[in-house]
Formats: sequence, structure tokens, C-alpha cells
Amino acid sequence: MRGGAAVEGSEPRRRRNDKALDEDVPMPRQESEDRVKNFEEVALGYTEEMALAEAARCLKCKNPQCQKGCPVEVPIPQFIDMINQGRYDEGIAIIKSKNALPAVCGRVCPQEQQCQKNCIRGKKGDPVNIGRLERFLADWEREHGMKAPERPKPTGKKVAIVGAGPSGLTAASDLAKLGHSVTLFEALHVAGGVLMYGIPEFRLPKAIVQKEVEYVQSLGVELRLGNLIGRIHTIPELMAQGYDAVYIGSGAGLPQWTNCPGESLGGIYSANEFLIRVNLMKAYDFPRSDTPIRIGKHVVVIGGGNVAMDCARISMRLGAKVCLNYRRSRNELPARREEIENAEEEGLICKFLNAPVEFFGDDKGWVKTMRCTSMELGEPDDKGRCSVTPIACSDFDVDTDTVIVAIGQTPNPIIQRTTEGLKTNPRNGTIIVDEDGRTNLDGVFAGGDVATGAATVISAMGAGKRAARAMHEYLMNGKKGDR
Amino acid sequence: MYRIVSKEKLAHKHTLFTVDAPEIAAKAQAGQFLIVIPKEGGERVPLSICAFDRQEGTVSFAFHEVGKSTKELGTFNAGDELFNVTGPLGNPSEIKRYGKVLCVGGSIMIAPALLQAKALKEAGNEVITVLACRSEEFLFKKAEAERYSDRVYVASDDGTIGEKGLDFLKEVLSREKFDRCTVIGPVVMMKKVSEMTRPFGIPTIVSLTPIMIDGMGMCGVCRVTVGDKMLFGCVDGPEFDGHKTNFDELIQRQRSMLPEERLSSLLWEHEHEGGCRCGRK
Ligand SMILES: Cc1cc2nc3c(=O)[nH]c(=O)nc-3n(C[C@H](O)[C@H](O)[C@H](O)COP(=O)(O)OP(=O)(O)OC[C@H]3O[C@@H](n4cnc5c(N)ncnc54)[C@H](O)[C@@H]3O)c2cc1C
Ligand SMILES: Cc1cc2nc3c(=O)[nH]c(=O)nc-3n(C[C@H](O)[C@H](O)[C@H](O)COP(=O)(O)OP(=O)(O)OC[C@H]3O[C@@H](n4cnc5c(N)ncnc54)[C@H](O)[C@@H]3O)c2cc1C
Ligand code: SF4
Ligand code: SF4
Ligand code: FES
Repeated sequence: MRGGAAVEGSEPRRRRNDKALDEDVPMPRQESEDRVKNFEEVALGYTEEMALAEAARCLKCKNPQCQKGCPVEVPIPQFIDMINQGRYDEGIAIIKSKNALPAVCGRVCPQEQQCQKNCIRGKKGDPVNIGRLERFLADWEREHGMKAPERPKPTGKKVAIVGAGPSGLTAASDLAKLGHSVTLFEALHVAGGVLMYGIPEFRLPKAIVQKEVEYVQSLGVELRLGNLIGRIHTIPELMAQGYDAVYIGSGAGLPQWTNCPGESLGGIYSANEFLIRVNLMKAYDFPRSDTPIRIGKHVVVIGGGNVAMDCARISMRLGAKVCLNYRRSRNELPARREEIENAEEEGLICKFLNAPVEFFGDDKGWVKTMRCTSMELGEPDDKGRCSVTPIACSDFDVDTDTVIVAIGQTPNPIIQRTTEGLKTNPRNGTIIVDEDGRTNLDGVFAGGDVATGAATVISAMGAGKRAARAMHEYLMNGKKGDR
Repeated sequence: MYRIVSKEKLAHKHTLFTVDAPEIAAKAQAGQFLIVIPKEGGERVPLSICAFDRQEGTVSFAFHEVGKSTKELGTFNAGDELFNVTGPLGNPSEIKRYGKVLCVGGSIMIAPALLQAKALKEAGNEVITVLACRSEEFLFKKAEAERYSDRVYVASDDGTIGEKGLDFLKEVLSREKFDRCTVIGPVVMMKKVSEMTRPFGIPTIVSLTPIMIDGMGMCGVCRVTVGDKMLFGCVDGPEFDGHKTNFDELIQRQRSMLPEERLSSLLWEHEHEGGCRCGRK
């Protein structure tokens, strides 16, 4: 039975004053006591009934504000209307016309700062939960079999994409849909980028990411894993091998450190090492999996972003007590509210306004104590962000046996070092591009985290999309990247 | 998938694989390494390139079966396929005409040391090679070493072949003038040789083997302290100035997952070799 029938007999959909419609349909989740013991997905997804009830809240605005908040401009009221009518396959097709990875975005987009931020419903109550509806359709499609896309007429042009993260996958699929022959080079042994190695299984199941990767391959994209560009081939070598254009979507994977003395002690991980071990290499399943992780009883996570939150939530699932140390106050925490709430429900302790100054180890070289200094907030700058300064003589020691440093990532410099003449920002190593992803080199485009620094999945995808459009123009009209 | 073209037994638990990987072979150079994943879900194992053949499209690596992943690798045979081989990784050795070069290889790392000796010889250097092994039965590729070197010394820990230990080098160093020294082998050996060349002011390059995961600069587990800088073994190295390397820190960091590695290795033996070997001959 299709859901459409169920809706027809029910109450009229748009009754603006109906109190019940001010509240969104809650997402069923694993209980916090259960979920800290497993790596399964926390948010369980809407049932068909729930999706219909939530879809019914959309006012189908003529001038939809929600859509303006979405970096890839998903036609939101249109796809929600398809849910209303029970035409799920058409609904997913509408999303996919703009967004190649809906099952991912529905789960990890910071919707409250994007599409949902502007939703009219949000003025009086909860905004329509667009992300959950997007996820519902994507999951529905996966369960009912994905449609094989049509192959367009080949253009005879060859494109190389570097990095199979969300940005590279999006650029690859858009270019393949336009009929170009696309080769996607990925340095790791699996495709997906941060979606595979960074975001944990309980927020984004890896099987779902791989389905999305398979979809991109079904468009005719050739995926070459274990190919570190800059070593096996450089960008100029790719151009010489006959690729007509290159897109660099290599992300921001280089960890930043506190640079405090003692940071090389055992038990101190960069967020990336910790995440790669656990997510990519499945160390949570050791010794059934081959790559181990050593985690103590008292884990300290330094940082306050989504990456820090993920590290903390993983550590709790591995059985540790976890304390998050952030140098500003709760108000400045950059992580998503939802993630902070989830983490605190699971037992996370947060300590604000302190920063590490030194690490001390035991006789085996394993971290034992972290010395911190207290911080105080100063005046907000022009972006509204408060400065912080250490308070003199306020050092205190924290006992710990595992420290995870999650204070940011910058682009990996291998490509920049091996591509002569490529313009980069000397401050953080990001590749300099225009709005359409053109670098200063002819035929070389870039986008996603490698150009912006660590950002979001959907912004990386948006960049891949814009660059694909510009590359198509470049390939078909020979228009040079005129910079 | 990467097909193993040939398997060569170098010594007990020392094996050399040659695999079909034309694109890697086209770019490989002395001093670089590969990351090998034996089978799906397996560890990413860093192993030095010890030969390549651009015409045949093959690269070779040699490994010592020490833990789970290398033991598992040892069960593969010619014709089998490896799940993934990524490379070449790391910076190539700086090969120039230096004059007279002392080239030291220890244990399994004799294999990649010979690739360096060969490159140095071809660049017009006078090459003196030292092959250091545990005992006679672990010595391999001596004839090959002789081909690429002007002189070859053999040393064993127990003195069953050649010199006993590496102390003889002190005498060689005080007798002859060297322009450069490269050392690749167990960390304690690289530390020892670096200490020996220091008083003579011979630029000494060591090839470090910290724990690695991605091998491309993402995780930082491979960080080493060289001079007063924290550097990444995989992208800044693997070769560094032996006189500036903090070897003790490296040794400590290498041991950081020891209990887990032992567990993994024991479980593997239990499954594949019928239990642990204690008390058995
Ligand atoms: C732990 C964590 C949690 C996050 N949570 C969220 C979230 O909830 N919501 C959200 O929107 N965003 C989140 N983000 C941010 C988001 O994941 C990134 O902004 C996004 O993945 C960037 O996409 P990208 O394609 O630019 O780069 P990446 O995803 O980093 O992909 C780059 C790919 O390129 C490969 N590569 C790198 N160098 C080379 C090379 N030389 N040759 C070949 N391949 C190469 C890499 O291996 C990688 O696969 C999170 C990030 C992390 C780390
Ligand atoms: C850049 C680089 C190049 C390398 N090249 C080679 C190579 O060409 N050939 C090679 O055999 N190894 C090489 N190594 C070391 C090799 O990666 C490790 O031996 C391997 O990862 C061990 O994996 P495992 O799971 O079998 O053992 P693990 O479970 O990881 O380790 C088992 C135990 O053995 C110890 N161990 C590790 N290496 C050695 C060793 N060489 N001798 C004695 N004990 C050791 C470890 O400290 C650990 O305690 C290299 C490492 C790096 C970083
Ligand atoms: S892609 Fe993200 S921002 Fe756009 S509609 Fe979907 S959930 Fe919202
Ligand atoms: S703004 Fe809200 S109510 Fe209006 S169309 Fe978008 S989701 Fe529906
Ligand atoms: S091995 Fe991960 S950064 Fe070097």
C-alpha cells in the first residue's frame, strides 16, 4: 500500500492554527543507556507514518525560504509534496536532481543552520524537519532498489578527479551525467573520504556510504583506490596523460597539534588517528579486526567542534569516562546542538575555559597528567567570536590516560608541493579558487575542504557541483580558467 | 587486486614478494615504501620498496614475519592476489655523487639497503656495504651486494658469520674517510651507527620505521622528533638526519600498542598454527 491513501482520509493538511502542527514529529532514537554500548546508528529514522505526518506540516510556500538555505538548492517543497502524495520514487528523483548523496545529507547536514533555519514553520514552532524527510526518501529508495541511471552520449573528454570524498564524488557524478569519461583517484583503500574515516558508524552507517559510492560508479565513473596523487601521478602528469581537466577534492586531512611539550607521548592521539583507527580500520571490533586502539579509563578530548564530539562519543562507547576540555565557554561550542545533547545524555562531561600547556608521562612513556591553564573570555571580535586569554598562575593538573587532540585540520600538502605554480594560501595551505572552483592553472579545478578548510559535507558537495558546471563549460567550449 | 608474481624465501621468516603493479613500478625509487593490505579488512602494513622493474611493471618488497599481519602475508603464494598495494609513498632517497658512501643494511632491511647501494653505485659513488644480521642463517643476497658495492662487510650479532657485532665499524671509520652514510634496519642499529659516525662528522641518513596507518600524512601516528621539530615519518621522511633523530622516543612510540599486537598475533597463531608454540620444538 502506498502512503498516499493514508493521508487522503486524514485531516486537512494546512491548518495554520493547529497547535499540534507547531511541533515536529520526534525522531525515534536508541535509548542512551543502550546506545553507549554499541556502534549502531543512534537515530533510527522515520517510519512511513511519521514521515507522512511530518510532511503534512510543510506549508508548500510559494517562495520557499528553506531552499535558499540549502547550499545545493534541493527543491524542498516539491519533494515534500511527493511524500504527501505517496510518490516516493518521484520524491527521491527530485532530490537527486540536485543532491547525489541524500542518505548522507539527510543524516549529517547541520540542517538547523541551513535549510531548516529559514523555514516559515520555525517562526512559531519547530521548523519542518527537512533532513529527516530527505533521509526517509533515501532510505526508502535503498530498500526498494535504486534505479540505474541512463548513460548519456559520450563527449570524448577525459576528466580526472582527485579524492573520493563528498566533493569529488559529486563532481564525478555530475561530470559523468554530462557524458564525460571520469576517473576518480582515491588515496585510501576505500572511497568516501571523511564519510568513511571520520564520521562514526553510529551517526552514518558505512554501508550507506558505500551504496552511494556504488551509485556514482553505476554512472560509469572509474574508481581507482590506493592512488595517492602527487606520488603515483602528479597533476601535471595527469594532464600529460591525456586528461582534459582535473578536479582536486582532496579535503583537509592534516591534523593540527597543541604544540605543547610532551605531545609525542603514547596515549596522545590526533582526532584523525583515533577516527581512522576506529572508523576506517574498525578497531572497535579488535581483535576480530586487525588494527588495534588502546583506550584508557579517563579520556580527555581537547576541542569543541563536531570532530571533538565524535571522538568523545566513540570513547564512551569503548568504555571510557570522557571529559571534553574546551578553551571558550559553552556558548561558543562550535559543535551542533543536537550532537552536544546526544553526547551529554551519553555521559560526557564538559569543562570550559581551559587549555593544555604540557603533558607528562609515566616511566613507559604513556601520558599520565595534562597540565592546563584557565582561560578568560575577552571582547567579541567583528565576527562576534570572543577572544580568549590565559589567566596568569591558574595552572592545574588533570589525571588522564588518553588524550585526543581535536583542534582542527588543514589541507594535506602533498598535491600542493608537487604541482608547480599552483596558488595556495600561505597561511593554511588551502588552494585558492574562484566561485566556480577555477585554480590559477589552466584546466585545474579544486573545491571542498581543500579550498575552504574544514567545512561541511554539503558545502563540499556544492563546490563539486559548481566546479563540474564550470569544467563542463571549459571542456565543451574550450573556455579557459581566466584568472 | 595486486597479483604476486613470485615469492622468494630469503631466510627463516624472511620473504620477498614481487607483485604486478605497473603504475607503481613506473614511479618507484630507492628509499620509498608501499602500504600493503593483505586481505580485505586487514591492517595497512608499511613495507620498503626493495626492487622495481619498470619494463615488467613489477615492484618488490621483503618482510620479516613478526606479528599478525606479516605472518598472514607469509601465507600468500605466487599467483595469489593482495587486496591493496598503495605507493610509492614517502620521499625518494637523495641519490647524488657524494664520493665514498657507507651503506648499512640490517636484518630484513638488507633488501631495501641494496636498492640504495645500487642507486648510489650507479650515481658514481664508491660504495662500501655492510650487511648486518642476527646469525649466519639470516644472511641473504650477499652476492647481489657484491655486485653493487666496491667492498662488502658482513656482521652478525652472534659472530656465526663475519664480524661479531658492529663495533668493527669504529675502526673502519677511523681508518677511512667517508662522505656519507646511509643506514636502514632495526631502530637500535640505526641509533648505534649514527652514534659511531657522529664524531667523524659524516652526514648520516637513517630510514625510520615508526608505526604508520595511512602513510599519507593524515593521522600523525608516525610523528618523530628530529632536531627540535615534530615531523611525520610518512610524508617528511622516511629518511632523516640520524644525528638529529630522537631514537629513544621513536622506540617508545613503536612499542605503544605492544600488548594489542601480541594478542592479535597469538590469536592468529592459535587459529592457523594450532595454538601457541611455547614448549614445542
Ligand atoms: C569527525 C568528523 C565529523 C564531521 N561531521 C560532519 C557533520 O556532521 N556534518 C557535516 O556537514 N560535516 C561534517 N564534517 C565535515 C565534512 O565531513 C567535511 O567537510 C567533508 O567531508 C569535506 O569533503 P571533501 O570531499 O572536501 O573532503 P574529504 O571528505 O576529506 O575527502 C577527501 C578525499 O581525498 C582523498 N585524498 C586526499 N589527498 C589525496 C591525494 N593526494 N590523492 C588522492 N586522494 C586524496 C582522501 O583520502 C579523502 O578520501 C565532519 C568532519 C569530521 C572529520
Ligand atoms: C616506512 C616503513 C618501512 C618498513 N619497511 C619494512 C620492510 O621492508 N620489511 C619489514 O619486514 N618491515 C618493514 N617495516 C616494519 C613493518 O611495517 C612492521 O614490521 C609491520 O607493520 C609489522 O606488522 P605486524 O602486524 O606483522 O606486526 P605488529 O603486530 O605490528 O608488530 C609485532 C611486533 O614486532 C615488532 N616489530 C615490528 N617490526 C619489527 C622488525 N622489523 N623486527 C623485529 N620486530 C619488529 C613490533 O614492535 C611489535 O612489537 C617498515 C615500517 C615502516 C614504517
Ligand atoms: S541537502 Fe542538507 S541543507 Fe539541503 S535540503 Fe538536504 S538536509 Fe537541507
Ligand atoms: S519554508 Fe518550511 S514550510 Fe515553507 S516550503 Fe520550506 S519546508 Fe515547507
Ligand atoms: S602514517 Fe598517518 S600521518 Fe604518517
